[in-house]
Amino acid sequence: MSNPTDLQYTEEHEWLRVEGDNAVVGITAYAAEKLGDIVYVDLPKVGASIKAGTVVGEIESTKSVGELYAPADGTVTEVNDAVVSSPELVNSDPFGAGWLIKIDVATLPQLLTADQYTALTGE
Amino acid sequence: MTDARYSPLHDLHVELGASFTDFAGWQMPVRYDSDLAEHHAVRERVGMFDISHMAEISVTGSQAGEFLDYAVAGKMSALALGQAKYTLLLTDDGTVIDDLIIYRLGEEHWLVVANAGNRFAALSALESRTAGFDATVVDQSDETAMIAVQGPRALAVLESTVGLELAPAAAERAESTLSDLKYYATLPALFLGHPVLIARTGYTGEDGFELYIDATVAAQLWTAIAEAGDPHGIVPCGLACRDTLRLEAGMPLYGHELTLDIRPAQAGLGKVVALSKEGDFVGRRASERELAADDRVLVGLIGEGKRAARADYELFVGDESVGVVTSGALSPTLGYPIALAYVHPAHSAVGHVIDVDVRGTRIPFTVSPLPFYRRKKD
Repeated sequence: MSNPTDLQYTEEHEWLRVEGDNAVVGITAYAAEKLGDIVYVDLPKVGASIKAGTVVGEIESTKSVGELYAPADGTVTEVNDAVVSSPELVNSDPFGAGWLIKIDVATLPQLLTADQYTALTGE
Repeated sequence: MTDARYSPLHDLHVELGASFTDFAGWQMPVRYDSDLAEHHAVRERVGMFDISHMAEISVTGSQAGEFLDYAVAGKMSALALGQAKYTLLLTDDGTVIDDLIIYRLGEEHWLVVANAGNRFAALSALESRTAGFDATVVDQSDETAMIAVQGPRALAVLESTVGLELAPAAAERAESTLSDLKYYATLPALFLGHPVLIARTGYTGEDGFELYIDATVAAQLWTAIAEAGDPHGIVPCGLACRDTLRLEAGMPLYGHELTLDIRPAQAGLGKVVALSKEGDFVGRRASERELAADDRVLVGLIGEGKRAARADYELFVGDESVGVVTSGALSPTLGYPIALAYVHPAHSAVGHVIDVDVRGTRIPFTVSPLPFYRRKKD
């Protein structure tokens, strides 16, 4: 699955759709594929303040545990309940219905473009 | 680190789009598409696995049976022609070098199947134990491929595999057809003229077969099985689902439940050590000693919710560390977390509640009977 060009990316395999002060966050198709079938996601609570680069959640597949890193400083405004009840959405639609959290961004760090992220993963 | 090893079926796996993982130095398929779908296919229909990384060691000679009775924990000389047995290779201290399946293939011929990661440990233990016996140990791992066909429709798939037929010698057996073949029994077969050993064994908790064949024709056999399995919904299966399937079936995995520090009785495998057999065998004296009061024992654990207890997570009762998880996953069949763990015997009774430290969060699990999953027999 190619990485959408309207998104920004982190080296920790998250994507962000930034609109003004708000950002939707998920993990990339590459990350979901590497994890395998995702069976459990643990997300931060609405209202939690998060700091870029810190672990704010977990994504578990049958075989392994992946960490969700905050891609920016800010406050969690919404979590995707559909993904909590149906974690397989992260595999089937990582850039769409499989989004994880929405944040009110305080500070946005330097992020990667789709091309830069694609180069990073070598795929 | 030596170079990666590849199965004789590697090119087929690449064509099928497999993701690979390192397993004991081998690049083996971890999944083809979805490990959950592969898991469910084996429980509900049928799946096929390349397990050519397993080690095959032949033992022949006029005293091969007596040699094996001395070298391993079970009585292999008592096997009938074509029969197989699960057994253990022990150290002098009675701990586990490897778990094995041994097949009797002839009057003076046995086949020992060892784990890939223990190929050379098993081989050298066996070779060093031949002194004084007319027995010859030969590593046949490189020239032997192994394909497992597992699931309720495995029999139907093999019966319709084009080019695969029972060998004439099968007719002399008490169970002379695949459908009559009992669990842990084998029949000689032919595929395009090449000998195939078909065993009704497996590592999934389902009915199924494991086929041993010359590596040079393994790809053709794989393709023939895949074609015969197509109407039955067969899927190629990787090591990820093999692990969740065997865990649900409560089967140990060497390196997790069995190690050089574990005695069989701790793993619930005391009966595999044939203390009643005549004569000495390696590990006998140590195995006659009962477990100490604080030797940890293997238990099954069941959790609520969806968070898996995984290998190496520590177990607590209050502030006391009472054990460690050796394998764990969210069970695809059962829908709740299951785990195997070694615990202090004071906490090993079914129903006991033990906390698992899941990356800093204590989550209660309950000791449960094994296996977690048992197939319905028809």
